[in-house]
Amino acid sequence: MILGLETSCDETAAALVTADGYIRANIVASQADLHARYGGVVPEVASRRHLELVSPVVREALAQADATLDDVDRVAVTQGPGLIGALLVGLSTAKALAWARRLPLVPVDHLDGHIASLYLQPAPLEPPFLCLLASGGHTMLVDVESYGTQRILGSTLDDAAGEAFDKGARLLGLGYPGGREIDRLAREGDPAAYDFPVARVPGLDFSFSGLKTALLYATKKLSPEELERQRADLAASYQRAIVRALVERVREAAEQVGAARIAVVGGVAANSELREALADAALAPLDLTTDNAAMIASAARFIEPVPYPGYLGLDAFASR
Amino acid sequence: METSSPEETEALAAELAGRLEPGDVVTVSGELGSGKTTFVRGACVALGVRERVTSPSYTIGHRYHGEHGEVSHLDLYRFEGLSAAEWGDLEPYFDNAIAFVEWPEAGEGVLPAPRFTVRLRHADGARRGVSISEC
Repeated sequence: MILGLETSCDETAAALVTADGYIRANIVASQADLHARYGGVVPEVASRRHLELVSPVVREALAQADATLDDVDRVAVTQGPGLIGALLVGLSTAKALAWARRLPLVPVDHLDGHIASLYLQPAPLEPPFLCLLASGGHTMLVDVESYGTQRILGSTLDDAAGEAFDKGARLLGLGYPGGREIDRLAREGDPAAYDFPVARVPGLDFSFSGLKTALLYATKKLSPEELERQRADLAASYQRAIVRALVERVREAAEQVGAARIAVVGGVAANSELREALADAALAPLDLTTDNAAMIASAARFIEPVPYPGYLGLDAFASR
Repeated sequence: METSSPEETEALAAELAGRLEPGDVVTVSGELGSGKTTFVRGACVALGVRERVTSPSYTIGHRYHGEHGEVSHLDLYRFEGLSAAEWGDLEPYFDNAIAFVEWPEAGEGVLPAPRFTVRLRHADGARRGVSISEC
């Protein structure tokens, strides 16, 4: 089995995945509960949290899979991009485990991990396909030609789609996680109430920062009572604009590269309007859309491992 | 000072970039949508950064390799304060780099003293008020 570790951002995660892509355990110690308690502001975004959680999540993953480290034949870990200190917790843990057991190690790019969430059983997707990756930190369109061979067709010029959702939620005075709150409230609102601009940028890139500013201006024009009354309409219109921007670009890209299949990964893939608008797309199961370690272990199935002990000098990378 | 477009804000940032050296910290504050990331992008491009400069609100820190040295782009939007442990995570980004910090308020008194502070505010439409002070 492959032991996967992921600590690139907020989540401390460990998973066990078989060589043919079955998930035996998938543990995510999320800080989302903490976020909610503090109204969307993270109480501490430090690698110290990962350090406290990483051993317990590995133990829990082994327990859930009813396995021991004897059953692990390689260790996979997110190498980047992410916050260096956070990445190093996962990378050092992975190195220590692999080295102690004389196992090979597979360094994985977090974004390749998201794509590889689609390769997991019971309904694995096979390349080629066009993949939209949309999360809090990233938004990009990737032409996946084969396992491990891919080309970025476009990405955001400013804010990520998930960030647009969360910042929009803050402007509307909604709770955390903002994406889910907007999604929920949007169902009660009229998506045509406000005409928020969808930025047209050249090529297959995205831009969401103007949209956020448009929402800010719309809210500023309203009194607190009016804002309260129109909150659902604002949420629905704002969500419609984000989803429309994503869908338009996906369709354009699909046409350009002649993609027969479309897939969506990343936290924004949980958005119900996006799921409806791209009903023909392959979507990762909800628990695999946000950061997790099963996707990292899955990606490792298609990457040549670094043999023992050559990986001890590997470093994390902050940016791609 | 007032700029009338994102391009003008970027040009103003490029001018400031010419005065920066490794180790310098520039804080960039202003409300949502006031152009903080736009400002940092303008400075980064002038510093020879070829990578795309995007908002680090969720990723917290980006590190760019500029033609004229390393550039860090940090964002404390999701922070409430800055604990010693959090500072430990951010410290490497200040090492031998020009560092831009968006939403610096949470890091007050903990972050290294800035050499310049940039404040942005919304004016009419695409116009933005920009004030740059040398500390």
